[in-house]
Amino acid sequence: MSDLAFRTDGSRSLDRLLPLLLLPVALISLGPVVRLMAEGLGYGSGFSLAPVATVLGRDSTRIALIHSLVTAAGGTVLSVLIGAGFAFVVALTDIRAKAALVFCLMVPMMIPPQITALAWMQVTGPSSVLLKTLGMAPPMGSPQPLYSAGGIVLLLGIQHASLVFLTLRAGLRMIPADLVEAARMSGAGPVRVWAQVVLPLSLPALIAGAAMAFVTALGNFGIPAMLGIPAQYSTLPTLIYRRLVGFGPGVLPEVAVLSLLIGAVAIAGVLLGRLALKRGGHGLIGLSGAPLALSLGRARLPVEIALWAFIGAILVVPLIALLATSLIPAYGVPLTPDTLTFRAWHEALFVQPVTRRAYANSLFLSIAAALVLMAVALPLAWLMQRRPSVLSRALDALVELPYALPGVVLSIACILAFMRLPFTGLTLYGTIWIILLAYLARFLVVMLRPIQSSIAQLDPAMEEAAASVGAGLGRRLRTIVLPLAAPAAAAGAILVFLTAVNELTVSALLWSSGTETLGVVIFNLEDSGETVMASAVAMSIVGLIVALMAAVQISARHFPKGVIPWQS
Amino acid sequence: MAELSFSGLGKSFDGTPALDAVSATIRSGEFVALLGPSGCGKTTLLRLTAGFERPSAGSISLGGRVMADAHRFVPPEAREIGIVFQSYALWPHMSVAGNVAYPLEVRRLPRAEREARVAEALALTGLSDLAARMPAQLSGGQRQRVALARCLVFEPRAMLLDEPLANLDLALRASMQEVFRMFHRRTGATMVYVTHDQTEALALADRIAVMEGGRIRQFAAPEVLYSQPADCFVAGFVGEGAVVSARPTGEATAQGTTVEVLGQRIAARADSAAPSHVSIRPENVILSDAGPMRGIVTQATYLGGRFRLSIEVAGETLIAMSPRRARPGETLGVEIRDPWAFRDPDSAALMARVLADA
Repeated sequence: MSDLAFRTDGSRSLDRLLPLLLLPVALISLGPVVRLMAEGLGYGSGFSLAPVATVLGRDSTRIALIHSLVTAAGGTVLSVLIGAGFAFVVALTDIRAKAALVFCLMVPMMIPPQITALAWMQVTGPSSVLLKTLGMAPPMGSPQPLYSAGGIVLLLGIQHASLVFLTLRAGLRMIPADLVEAARMSGAGPVRVWAQVVLPLSLPALIAGAAMAFVTALGNFGIPAMLGIPAQYSTLPTLIYRRLVGFGPGVLPEVAVLSLLIGAVAIAGVLLGRLALKRGGHGLIGLSGAPLALSLGRARLPVEIALWAFIGAILVVPLIALLATSLIPAYGVPLTPDTLTFRAWHEALFVQPVTRRAYANSLFLSIAAALVLMAVALPLAWLMQRRPSVLSRALDALVELPYALPGVVLSIACILAFMRLPFTGLTLYGTIWIILLAYLARFLVVMLRPIQSSIAQLDPAMEEAAASVGAGLGRRLRTIVLPLAAPAAAAGAILVFLTAVNELTVSALLWSSGTETLGVVIFNLEDSGETVMASAVAMSIVGLIVALMAAVQISARHFPKGVIPWQS
Repeated sequence: MAELSFSGLGKSFDGTPALDAVSATIRSGEFVALLGPSGCGKTTLLRLTAGFERPSAGSISLGGRVMADAHRFVPPEAREIGIVFQSYALWPHMSVAGNVAYPLEVRRLPRAEREARVAEALALTGLSDLAARMPAQLSGGQRQRVALARCLVFEPRAMLLDEPLANLDLALRASMQEVFRMFHRRTGATMVYVTHDQTEALALADRIAVMEGGRIRQFAAPEVLYSQPADCFVAGFVGEGAVVSARPTGEATAQGTTVEVLGQRIAARADSAAPSHVSIRPENVILSDAGPMRGIVTQATYLGGRFRLSIEVAGETLIAMSPRRARPGETLGVEIRDPWAFRDPDSAALMARVLADA
């Protein structure tokens, strides 16, 4: 009997303690953002809107805002053209090798933007090793065409095309096949079906995808930093970066206003996308089981060739150019069998302390973020699903924020929040822990959503059965919920790892000597003219990422449906 | 094994009552079925008993100890009540033996004893050869037996079964009913069995609680429910036959009273002096040319060995069994002998609701 009573107490106290988990989660994921908003209102120097007006009134602010809007909008148009084109062809027609095509289209999204920029810079311009080797290089002294607004738009468009693709394809899958069949029975040809049935029904998804691409492009730091800074073309993220790097923490109140500005634009974009998805609910009825596969007939082979040629142009060529640059002894030398050398690779991976440290830092940060988030997200997801409360519902909606906000906004928010820890004399600024905290806040939602969907699919009777045979809450979580949600947690952990190891935007503002991340090191190497070594580091990261993605792809059937972003 | 009792038990979900002032006692070792249409509250009663829900009113006790009332709530893991779910709820990541051993691992039994008891439970349910299989590799009937073995292995003080046969095909249901009956005989466990299938309930249970609208309408042995239903709902829901309104005459007989039914004065069994209805089962309808009433056959169905006839008498449809075929439209002599007369507490309101649902 005493044994029984003990078990009762144990499970009940855990039931009481578990909701306390919401507190630190809310504090770390939302605290910095709240602190940033307070700063915008003049926290610490008396509440006033005067500093806001000063900063917003400056010419540099106005120009950077316009540049940000122009490049993000241009990039979004390009993303929609590419992403929608691929989505319609892949989701509606009978082309072959769809899985391979989708995988290749996803790679640009998973490659860090600064690597994309670096790779493309190796394709064009007078110093391109690839063009030199082929004897097609423009004369020395001619400008690098990518150092321009057009170059930024082009790369932003390619980088985020897969966001539009994924959202639109998910929308297209919801269209019941019999709607299309009904239209064809009524005498409509394929083009008419597409224009009058498929396009109107998938428009909300298209708009939502476009909004997502716009917000992501707006927050992109890697591409405008690599291409815009040499051309004196500043966007809001690069303006914030240059201010903070140039003038130090003294300009924090000023950059806080700038980051609030970009955050406001981003949130407007997110809300617009949500609204489009909500308003566009046509209430589709019918069987959506059978995927559409309109026959392209004789046009199939040409279409396939065109799609693969496009993949070749946006993915294969830049990576070959990057590889070529990484294999020469010095920048400017053409690549021939005589000049080919692995010196830069050797130097980058085994000799240079900075790159080795960056590898260690990035791996530590990504693995630590993945593990901590896995440990937090499992009980958190369970709590949100099985013990919903006002607080947990609010948190559920708000954890999106640190991920949706541009990276610079979160960085500034974290600097403000952790510069001086409340009630102590300690600071986290300049240590690796501030980067880790920022990653925890930013990537929580990446880990949480797969686990949530997995627990939502779990029959509550599984846990009730365990309770009825005497298992307390802790035991049920450990022996029933954990093993059944483990595949989703693993998928989430890999996603967090992939995203974190790529990360530049957050760490660009938070790093200091000794805590460089891979993203920062590539940026700095290129900035100081070490293009060959930057290419070698970049290429090694691309290899790591593609290998990880392939590993996920191969083990895809072990993961719950809908967990891997590029799988249906 | 222990006695299970409910006292004034009530439960509402967001203000909608699902269970209303239920009081009943299930004796130690008894096999009780909760029978009723969907939405009658039987599953709510089961989940309250298991401890998955907290009662809004009243109390539940097991073996004299309060499990739940306004002040106390014993969580499910401390109640020692086993449950077999309709979906079986086998843990897909554990083997058959792993599923069955889990309750014993929770109780930290020594390995040797654990293995012996798992083997015993598997043997009792005929699963010994399947111990190493995973749930996904089992058929529906096998999964059902694993769920049963997992429940009986820790010798719960009471066992709850939530529509355990609903997902099985007809042939398998019959053989699983046999398993349950054998299992109850051997263990003498207190069992509560939820079902909407009256043949299952009539075949298995010592006593049946017929539920409707969140209340227990009648709680009695199967033969009592059939021959002496307490109200119109029970009379209509359990067994075949007709429920016809009756006018009391106040004239008592040895078995009960005399009532006026379909224009005839008939002696009926009754425990009420002023009945409002009679339940006329097929065996209460005697077909003979000498019968005092005339009825028109509206339907004849051959059941093997006999015919089931629907006969319209004075605007009511009676059910009768006949050894010979009758054509629809044929007129027969009908006599009603020895029906059960009862007073329905809220006949008017209830009938209206049943008709609206039908």
